[in-house]
Amino acid sequence: MEFIFYFGDVFTPVNFALLLVGTIGGLILGATPGLSPTMAVALLIPFTFQLEATQGLILLGAAYTSTVAGGAVSAILLKIPGAPANIATTLDGHTMAQNGQGTKALQLSFLSSAVGGIFGVMLLIFLTPVLAQWALAFGPSHLFWLAILGVTVIGTLDSKSVVKGLLSGCIGLWLATIGFDDIMGAQRFIFHDALGGGINIIAALIGLFAIPQVISMFAKGRRGDGAEVMQVQKHSVFEAIRVLFRFPRALGIGMSTGAIIGLIPGVGGQIAGLVAYDQTKKFSPEREKFGKGHPEGVVAAEAANNAMVGPSLVPLLTLSIPGSPTAAVLLGGLLIHGIFPGSDLFDNHPDVAWTFINSMLIGQVLMCLFGLYVAGVAARVAQVPQSVMAAVVLGLAVFGSYSVQSSMGDVYVMAALGIMMYFLERFGFSAAPLVLGLILGPIAEANFIQGSMIANATDGLGPYFLGGALNLFLIAVVIASVAYSAWMEVRNRRYLSKEEILV
Amino acid sequence: MSVMSLPRLQHIVASGCVALVGIWVAYLSYTQQPSEAFLFPRLISSVFVVLALWTFAKACLGWTKVGAGVSVHAFVNMLPGLLIAIVYIFWGAKALGFYTATAIAFFVLLSLYDPAPHGQIKSWGKRVLITTGFMGVMYGLFALLLKVYTPREVLF
Repeated sequence: MEFIFYFGDVFTPVNFALLLVGTIGGLILGATPGLSPTMAVALLIPFTFQLEATQGLILLGAAYTSTVAGGAVSAILLKIPGAPANIATTLDGHTMAQNGQGTKALQLSFLSSAVGGIFGVMLLIFLTPVLAQWALAFGPSHLFWLAILGVTVIGTLDSKSVVKGLLSGCIGLWLATIGFDDIMGAQRFIFHDALGGGINIIAALIGLFAIPQVISMFAKGRRGDGAEVMQVQKHSVFEAIRVLFRFPRALGIGMSTGAIIGLIPGVGGQIAGLVAYDQTKKFSPEREKFGKGHPEGVVAAEAANNAMVGPSLVPLLTLSIPGSPTAAVLLGGLLIHGIFPGSDLFDNHPDVAWTFINSMLIGQVLMCLFGLYVAGVAARVAQVPQSVMAAVVLGLAVFGSYSVQSSMGDVYVMAALGIMMYFLERFGFSAAPLVLGLILGPIAEANFIQGSMIANATDGLGPYFLGGALNLFLIAVVIASVAYSAWMEVRNRRYLSKEEILV
Repeated sequence: MSVMSLPRLQHIVASGCVALVGIWVAYLSYTQQPSEAFLFPRLISSVFVVLALWTFAKACLGWTKVGAGVSVHAFVNMLPGLLIAIVYIFWGAKALGFYTATAIAFFVLLSLYDPAPHGQIKSWGKRVLITTGFMGVMYGLFALLLKVYTPREVLF
């Protein structure tokens, strides 16, 4: 119950103001098609340098939570999901809006997001300290395998191709070795002055997530989006609350599915929403109404994608393994403030950890309150032409990456990685495992070197890294995740034509 | 004789480039000194090369199932924007000054990709207004609030 002692810290003027800014800004950013939560959080990181660690994390956490919920606005009113997590919301949400129930759909989406989100953060509160203490038993070989597990799980589960996902992870791990070696001080792969200090994580994050999006917008050429905003009518919030609790099954399935999927590293909210929608439809006596504007579909999808947010931070805060690409960006935000996840976070920085987690709890309530009012504005923002969005994101990416260390080298690295990533993505590679490799690379290398030293003085490399119950368990999980993803890939190909896969 | 499809050819080129990078990384990892500093890169590059060669072989055999490549239409659309972005980032920002180069790049990109007709004075006015507004926000955020000192060079 330690978290209760830090509740007051959320309400200091600066912290609360940042929570409000992150929540409202996140709702608007989330409603903007093309600005994914991961990209929004990556673009926000440079603004947190001037802030204390707690303040920076409050801003990023609020943006993470509310961008996922804000994506429902454009999903409902424009039939364009603001984020991949909101794909399932469009199925019934937009039909409700077409039937003149836009306000009701928005209210239900924010209310179920808040209920799901609070449930998810409560899991985060109760699971994280237990797992963090458990992580104390980990030695260098276990931490090495954990880092490899992080890259492997995201590389295989987040990618359409297992081999390309793992290859992306390898590229990330290699990029992490560029610069001066920590132990010998030797130069490694420095083929340009800009790489002398290694690759800055924040510049890389901005480049890898923002620049491919900018180029994708360029690739669409000069065309109007032509999205039409549905008109919304007045609808009582109390009536929406009554409707919400008429669907306890949808709420329950959404919350539990979101929480379980959030805890599995690498899976993410997109799947949470779709799985919850599908399961609720299967168990609903009114399943024929799904897809035709049924509120139960909106409740299930939105409860799931926000219930995923809290649990996706459990493996991040305890074992340094992000549960989603956005959580990977948050890990970058933690590391730049010199804070390392795990027991160190809860033992040495409990104020930072608990204020951040509590702010996410309060943020869910604020997100619900403001979501109902900001929805109208957010829908207008969602109509901003792609030409403006592309130019704005490019400008923010350049200024953001420069401001990290006032270095043009970081801007060059950001642009080069971003352009490379755009083309890699077109050929089936994925940014998430590459980012994970880049972030977890130093952790993997430090523990590999430390473990090698211990191994040389004791049993040798093989028994040290491949022996022991925990090592074997972690290796088994790595192999199982690769095997499962490979099996899923083969299975999916049986049902999809080549044209459907080549997207 | 059948002609190789564009996506397949693109996959071969892309996976070939990745494989070349992998081989280069592995070569450096196994030849550079001190060898202790390259212990971890050796481990990664070995896996890197195996996976990259596997991907390349699959592309050559036409077994690649994921990734649509870049269509000619998309490439033609993106090329001007990409070139402007490259000139802006790798030359303009340092040579002309951060704010001047950003304002020019922003305005050119906006004008290039704006679906509004280029013949209307009203739409040009709107573009100037959006650029001014954006630059005002950027200056307020980075120069005044965050106190980031940016390269000024020839202009500003």
